[in-house]
Amino acid sequence: MATMSPPTNLWEQVKATLSRGPTGYSFLGLYAAICTWLLLTNPRTSLNTDIAFALFLLLLLIIYRSQVALGFKVVLGGAMLLVVLPIFGTLNPFYIDVATQAGIFVALALGLNVVVGFAGLLDLGYVAFFAVGAYLWGILSTEQMTLMNPAWSPVPPIMFYPFIFLGLIVGAIFGVLLGLPVLRLRGDYLAIVTLGFGEVIRVLANNLDRPINITNGSQGIRGIARPPLIFADFVRDTLGLNLDDQQLYQQFFYFAVLLIVLLTVVVVSRLKHSRIGRAWEAIREDETAAIAQGIPLVRTKLLAFAVGASFAGAMGVIFASKQLFINPPTFDLIRSINILAMVILGGMGSIPGVMLGAVLVTMLDLQILPRLANVLRDLQRAGAPIPSAFDPTQYQRLFFGLLLILMMIFRPTGILPDERRKEELVDDQEVDLPLDAGEVDGGEPPSPTQAPPGSGPIA
Amino acid sequence: MALLEATNVTKTFGGLTAVNDVTLIIEKGVIASVIGPNGAGKTTFFNMLTGIYKPDKGAILFDGKSIGGTRPDQIAALGMRRTFQNIRLFDNMTVLENVLVGMHTRLRVPFWQIIASAPGVRREETKARDEARERLAYVGLDAKREELAKNLPYGDQRRLEIARALAGDPKLILLDEPTAGMNPQETDAATGLIRRLRDDLGLTVVLIEHDMRLVMAISERISVLDYGTKIAEGDAHTIRSNPRVIEAYLGKGAAGAAA
Repeated sequence: MATMSPPTNLWEQVKATLSRGPTGYSFLGLYAAICTWLLLTNPRTSLNTDIAFALFLLLLLIIYRSQVALGFKVVLGGAMLLVVLPIFGTLNPFYIDVATQAGIFVALALGLNVVVGFAGLLDLGYVAFFAVGAYLWGILSTEQMTLMNPAWSPVPPIMFYPFIFLGLIVGAIFGVLLGLPVLRLRGDYLAIVTLGFGEVIRVLANNLDRPINITNGSQGIRGIARPPLIFADFVRDTLGLNLDDQQLYQQFFYFAVLLIVLLTVVVVSRLKHSRIGRAWEAIREDETAAIAQGIPLVRTKLLAFAVGASFAGAMGVIFASKQLFINPPTFDLIRSINILAMVILGGMGSIPGVMLGAVLVTMLDLQILPRLANVLRDLQRAGAPIPSAFDPTQYQRLFFGLLLILMMIFRPTGILPDERRKEELVDDQEVDLPLDAGEVDGGEPPSPTQAPPGSGPIA
Repeated sequence: MALLEATNVTKTFGGLTAVNDVTLIIEKGVIASVIGPNGAGKTTFFNMLTGIYKPDKGAILFDGKSIGGTRPDQIAALGMRRTFQNIRLFDNMTVLENVLVGMHTRLRVPFWQIIASAPGVRREETKARDEARERLAYVGLDAKREELAKNLPYGDQRRLEIARALAGDPKLILLDEPTAGMNPQETDAATGLIRRLRDDLGLTVVLIEHDMRLVMAISERISVLDYGTKIAEGDAHTIRSNPRVIEAYLGKGAAGAAA
C-alpha cells in the first residue's frame, strides 16, 4: 500500500530515474556493457572476477525490476544469459559451472515453492525427489545394470534426452507416494514425516548394494553417462568455435538447465494464476473452508506434491549426468534445508523471489562464503588480531546461519516477497500490536486449522 | 419432493450424544431455521449435512441423492453450500479470489490445458471473473474486490462468505449464525440479504441463529433442538408459545410462569 507513494528521499529518486525513460535505457545499456567488458577482460578466477560476476547477476535482477519496455528487457537479459555468459564460460569454466548449479537450484526451489509456498505443505525431504531422478539415470546409464543382472546392459547415452522426461514422471510418482500417507497431517507433523521420507530415500541409496547391488551403496555411482554431443559439429564447423569436449559439455549443461528453468517458470506461473493455484492457496489458508467450496483435498494436495517433485526428478537426471558421480551424502537433509532456505530467503510463494533466493544461496555456498573465509585467513596470516584457533573456513555455515537469522528478523517476507503476501505480513504486525482483533469482533478463537502450516516452525 | 431430508440422524462423540434421532425435512424454496440453546447440537447437525461428520445412524437425502457417506467437497459440488459460525474466509486472498475459489467446482479446464495456456483457459478465467464480480455486486462488495479478505469490516466478511457460497450456484445454502456479533443495523441489512437470496434467486435457505427477532421475522419453519433432540417444530407462532421451547431457553418453571 505504501509502495505507491511518490519518491521522497534521494535513493528513491535515483531509483526512479534509472528504472524508466531514456535514462533507464541508457543506464541498463551502459551497465550491461561494463559488465560484459569486466567479465571478458578478467577471465582468471580472482576477487575481481567474483565481483564482476556478482555485478552481472545484479544486472539480471535490475533488468527484471526496471520499468523499461518488456521487449528490451527480454533482449538484454537474453543476450546476457545466452551470449555473454556462455562466452565468458569458454574463458573460465568455473563460473559457468556456478551458473549451471545455480540454475539447477532455481528449478528445485521453484518446485519446492509449489508445495511449501503455494499449498503451504512444509516439506523437509524435498531432495529425495532430486535423488530419485539422479539415481534413475545413474543406475540405468552405468554398469550398475550389469551388476544387477549380467544379461542387462546400460541404456545408450542418447537416451539421456527422453530420460529427462522420464525423470519428470518418476519424480511425480514419488511425489504422490510421499503425498498419500501424509495427506491428513499438517504443519509440524507433516514436516517430520517428510523429513523421514527424505532420510528413507537417502538410506535406501546407501544400503541397496546388498543382496543385489542396485545403488552401489555408500561408494556411490561413478561414470554416469553424458549424452553424445550431437551438436558438436554445428558448434565447431558452422559457428567456428574451437572448443574441446569438456567445454562443450559445460555449455550443453548450462543451456539444458536454462531451458528447464524457463519451462519450470512458465509452468509454475501458469498454474499459480489458475483455478489450481487458487485451490492450493485456499488449502493453505483454511482447509475446512476450502473443502466447503468443493475443492477435493486429496487430489489437490497430491497434485502439488506431484508437480513440485517432477521438476526435481527431471533436474536429478541432468545433475547426475553433469556430475558424472553421485553418492548418498549428496542428497542429505542439509540439502533439503538449503533448498527450503532458498524459498524462504527469496520470498515464499513469489516466483521471482524464489529464483533470486536460489541464486543467492548458491552463490553464498560456492563463492561468497569461501571467498570471505579466504580473505579472513589472509588477514589472519598478515597478523590481524584474529585468534589463531579460529579457522575461517570452518565457520562458513555459521555465517550462512547468521544471515538467515538476520533476514528473518529484518525482512521476514523474503527479499522479493509475493506482492500480496508482503501486504499480509505488514498488516499482521500492525493489527497484532494494539489488540487482539478476534475479541473485538466477538468472533471465535482462531481454530487450530487456520494456522498457515508452512509458517509456524520456520518463522 | 423435499430438497433435503434428514431422517433419524444421530451422532455421538464418545459418551456424548450430540445429535439424537433428529429428522428434518426442508422443502424447496423455504427459509427454515434451526434454533436451540448453546450446545444443543445445531452446528454438529450442519456438519453432518455438509459431510464434515458422518452420521452414526440415519439417512440424509439431498436433491434425491443419498449423501450419508459422501465427502464434503462432493456435497458442495452437488449444490449445498454453507457459511461458518466463526467466519472462515481465505484471509490472505483478495475478495475477488475468495469468490473465485467458491466457483472452483464449476471451472473445468484440465490441468494440461492450463500448462499449455490453451485458448479455453483465458476464456473460462475471464468468464469466471465477470461472474464473480456479479456475485460481489449482488452482496454490495464489488468496489472492494481487490482488498484482502481479512481487511474487510466484520459485516462485509459475513457478506463475502455468502457471496463465496453463491459462487457455487447452490440449490441450498446453510447459514451458521449469519448475524452473530452484528449490530442492529448490520442485522437488518443481513436479514434483507437472506430474504433476497430466496425471493430473487429462488434459493432454499436454512439458518442457525440466536437472534430470535430475526428468526421469527424471516423463517417459515423453525425447528428447535435441545440436548441433541428435536423438541419442537412449526411456524413462528407455534414455536413462541410452545412450553418445551420456553423451558429449554429459560429453564424449568419459566413455562408455567409464562402460561
